[in-house]
Amino acid sequence: MLRFLIRRALGAAVIIVLLIALTYFAFFSLPTDPASLSCPKGCSPQLLAQIRENMHLNQPIVVQFWHYFSGLFVGQDFGNLGHCAAPCFGYSYNSQQFVWDRIAANYPATFTLAVGGAACFLSIGVGLGMISAWKQGSFWDKAASSISLVGQSTQIYFLGPLAMALFVVNLKWLVQPNYTPFTQDPWACFQGMILPWLVMSVIFWSNYTRQVRSLMLEQLSEDHIRAARAKGMSNSYVWWRYALRGAMAPIVTIFGIDLGAVFSGAIITEYTFGVHGLGYLAVQAVHQEDLYLELGVLIFSSVSILLFNIIVDAAYALLDPRVRLG
Amino acid sequence: MSTLTKSEAVDAPQAGNAFLSVRDLRVRFRTEDGIVNAVNNLTFDLEQGKTLGIVGESGSGKSVSNLAVMGLHNPRNTTIEGTVTLDGQELLTASQRELEKLRGNKMAMIFQDALAALSPYYTIGRQIAEPFMKHTGANKKEGRERAIEMLRRVGIPQPQTRVDDFPHQFSGGMRQRAMIAMALVCDPQLLIADEPTTALDVTVQAQIVDLLKDLQQESGTSIVFITHDLGVIREIADDVLVMYAGRAVERGTMREVLKTSQHPYGWGLLSSIPRINSSVDVPLEPIPGTPPSLLNPPTGCAFNPRCAYRELVDGDKCVTERPPLELANGHLSACHLTPAQKQSILTEQILPRLSS
Amino acid sequence: MSAKTLTEPADAAPTSGETLLEVNGLTKHFPVMGGFPFKRQVGAVQAVDGVTFDVHKGESLGLVGESGCGKSTTGRLLTRLLEPTGGTVKYLGQDITHASRKEIAPIRSEIQMIFQDPYSSLNPRHTVGTIISGPMEINNINPAGGRANRVKELLEIVGLNPEHFNRFPHEFSGGQRQRIGVARALALNPKLIIADEPVSALDVSIQAQVVNLLQGLQRELGIAFVFIAHDLSIVRHFSQRVAVMYLGKIVEIADRDALYTRPRHPYTHALLSAAPDADPDNNSIERIRLTGDVPSPLNPPSGCRFRTRCWKAQEKCATEEPPLLQIGGNDAGHLTACHFPEDGDAAAKRAAAAVPAARTTED
Repeated sequence: MLRFLIRRALGAAVIIVLLIALTYFAFFSLPTDPASLSCPKGCSPQLLAQIRENMHLNQPIVVQFWHYFSGLFVGQDFGNLGHCAAPCFGYSYNSQQFVWDRIAANYPATFTLAVGGAACFLSIGVGLGMISAWKQGSFWDKAASSISLVGQSTQIYFLGPLAMALFVVNLKWLVQPNYTPFTQDPWACFQGMILPWLVMSVIFWSNYTRQVRSLMLEQLSEDHIRAARAKGMSNSYVWWRYALRGAMAPIVTIFGIDLGAVFSGAIITEYTFGVHGLGYLAVQAVHQEDLYLELGVLIFSSVSILLFNIIVDAAYALLDPRVRLG
Repeated sequence: MSTLTKSEAVDAPQAGNAFLSVRDLRVRFRTEDGIVNAVNNLTFDLEQGKTLGIVGESGSGKSVSNLAVMGLHNPRNTTIEGTVTLDGQELLTASQRELEKLRGNKMAMIFQDALAALSPYYTIGRQIAEPFMKHTGANKKEGRERAIEMLRRVGIPQPQTRVDDFPHQFSGGMRQRAMIAMALVCDPQLLIADEPTTALDVTVQAQIVDLLKDLQQESGTSIVFITHDLGVIREIADDVLVMYAGRAVERGTMREVLKTSQHPYGWGLLSSIPRINSSVDVPLEPIPGTPPSLLNPPTGCAFNPRCAYRELVDGDKCVTERPPLELANGHLSACHLTPAQKQSILTEQILPRLSS
Repeated sequence: MSAKTLTEPADAAPTSGETLLEVNGLTKHFPVMGGFPFKRQVGAVQAVDGVTFDVHKGESLGLVGESGCGKSTTGRLLTRLLEPTGGTVKYLGQDITHASRKEIAPIRSEIQMIFQDPYSSLNPRHTVGTIISGPMEINNINPAGGRANRVKELLEIVGLNPEHFNRFPHEFSGGQRQRIGVARALALNPKLIIADEPVSALDVSIQAQVVNLLQGLQRELGIAFVFIAHDLSIVRHFSQRVAVMYLGKIVEIADRDALYTRPRHPYTHALLSAAPDADPDNNSIERIRLTGDVPSPLNPPSGCRFRTRCWKAQEKCATEEPPLLQIGGNDAGHLTACHFPEDGDAAAKRAAAAVPAARTTED
């Protein structure tokens, strides 16, 4: 296991370096002037020159990249702006802040959204799938399948405002979605985030419902289920200990991949509900043509996806004794 | 139906002392294409400590009938009629809870594919101990001890360490042994073996057959052994039941069925397998055609479209009337040929070919 | 090396004609990757290890052995579905072991394969006509009378209704599908068919139909077969010569009468005695019960690979690998790889099982 993790980490490191390089060169070798893009409104020639100096734009692009890349690990000095500690993703001139500080400031919101959303889509999706499989062919099965289909074909930017209009404005059951740090006020955090969680989960859980249903039915038709029943094990024991156990590994795989997606920032959900997370930051960065910010968010998201992929593979080995890593 | 009462009459005298008694078992499935009559009017008895071999091709109902005995069919789309009694207890009307108490305890089952029949997620030891703990109330430690003991009994080397292995760490033959250990952990009085040797190599197959015979001798278990391999039947069975298209077409002792078969299907099976010592210049005599669809079985005798002796029967009896399972020349067979015809075909055509 | 004795083929086969296929030291090792931190080859599954045999024109060579003995891998190597690790395969004198796609193309059509599973070896989305004419299309062969006619002809040869060329595989039963597979193999007028367990997935009553069909083809069209199977009785029925494989090696090869009545290798003997026979009165075969399992091909035993399960094994068996030779007392063409072969005489078999008969070997 340890060997596997180390090997995967090494592989991931290579991918990350390549990814950073690719993105960096894609951004900075374009025939535009990054300095003037980074220069906020009312840009003075002095500031432009200073930016150019700080970003090492008067040096060859390879050297620029080296400064950026090494900055990620050892930090970087930005002249009069001071020292940017590692991990240094550069400086956002639009917001007059180091990129890392902005990511760090917005990440808790993304994290909260991801954890709550994932809990919602996992429990609802798996639950509906189990009901479908248990009552195969019945009204409940069909109902669950239909709901999944509807859920899968809606969009958050449609469902979000609709849900807000209904639950917040008309019925007044919920407060206007907002992000309050969990550490500050857990109840307010829950109230503010429940709607984004549920709405975000809709597009995810339909997948789980279908997968769980077919996996459970597949498992239930397997010989070892019949053999377990032939041993005198009760139906519910067979259901939970044998069938669900067999369906778990693939579900965990999908879950891990989805986690990678939500933890790297749910752009549409965050923007729809005005949650200032990583996705929101990404949209802002694109709007303001803030190259360093875009780059930073991009790299951060990619690393998070890679990380979850490794976790998924490791989890698979823990769940299925037949899988040997190494 | 007259055929029904006739077969009843033949069986009635021995019905009393049988350990497992199946009467007029009928199993039907509802499928999208219609109703499948998987098993019809199946009647047999099995005494304590004896082995009944059930022979048949895929779709002959041999596995389905035994799943019904165990109560392992899918109740949603299956209807079962008739009576099945095990040691005097009626099984088909028993509740799920009662059946759960019997399964793995008084009656157990082993399957063709041990890799599929063992859950990949739990250790061999746990899977063997599970039914023991459930049926005897033993704790985990006792269950583990029992699992080790069972593994030793079925001939697994180093059972103390192998007990913690997962099924995929066992070889094919060892998995089969482990599955047998799992079935026998509560010393069942009835063991249903559903093609347990089919997927195995000949040397391992011989080992498993020997093992089952030894275990039967030790504990007096009754065995229903389902297979399509007449060679294996010869090795293990006391009595043989031949099934075709969901019905018993022949029933007798192993020697009667293999040496003096009274049914064209039995003759066909015997002539279509090459013998290890027969002449190689004699071509095999295959049974023409294919096994019938149970959705739409042939009228009359289900074997009639493939039967080479249909012309010997007067009129179109084979197509219109189903032959009853009757005594002919010593054992039961379901064929319209007269006993004299059967005997002469057997001695003049079949036996010479087999011994050539 | 055993190869020497084989270059002058001792023709025991009744149909001993020209040599069609010459297999010499054929080897297939599947690499096993491992190591840390970078993966490299740490071992090899020795699926087939130095297999040598000939196939003559029009004869059927049976290849028997238990699962994992390498018989199917050998079949795939012969058809170049797998790339051999070592050794040579010569077809009509031409070395095709590592021939390129282009070089092998004309030979490919002469060596065809029939697979075990009649369900997965036919594309369910193609009609029978398309499946059977596929090989002709690929090889750009236009038989006189057109491909469609040829397809109908082939369907008739294998005993199917020629009007059914427009049907899909799922409309046929298992036995009929296997016939379709046979028709596809016949489409290019092959000289050699590798049949990999062609009947073992079929119902008993159907097996004989397919065996008879293949036997008819062998006789009438003069097609040579390499018949791979685990069922000893069917191999005996179908093949004039039989090779027994164990853990990637041929342990004994002989014409069928010699092999089945006078087996010299203990493994052949054990295999024969384990084969169940349906005749309750046949007690002529004494029972030898092998214990344990076939060892892993990843790390096969030293010397003779069968020694771990052999009741006659001695020290020599562990240190020295027995070559495949015509040992003393064998007929021409009967090769056995054993230091302490069985007596071979049926009457003395029982005694031989108890006391190892150390008959002279030529090594």
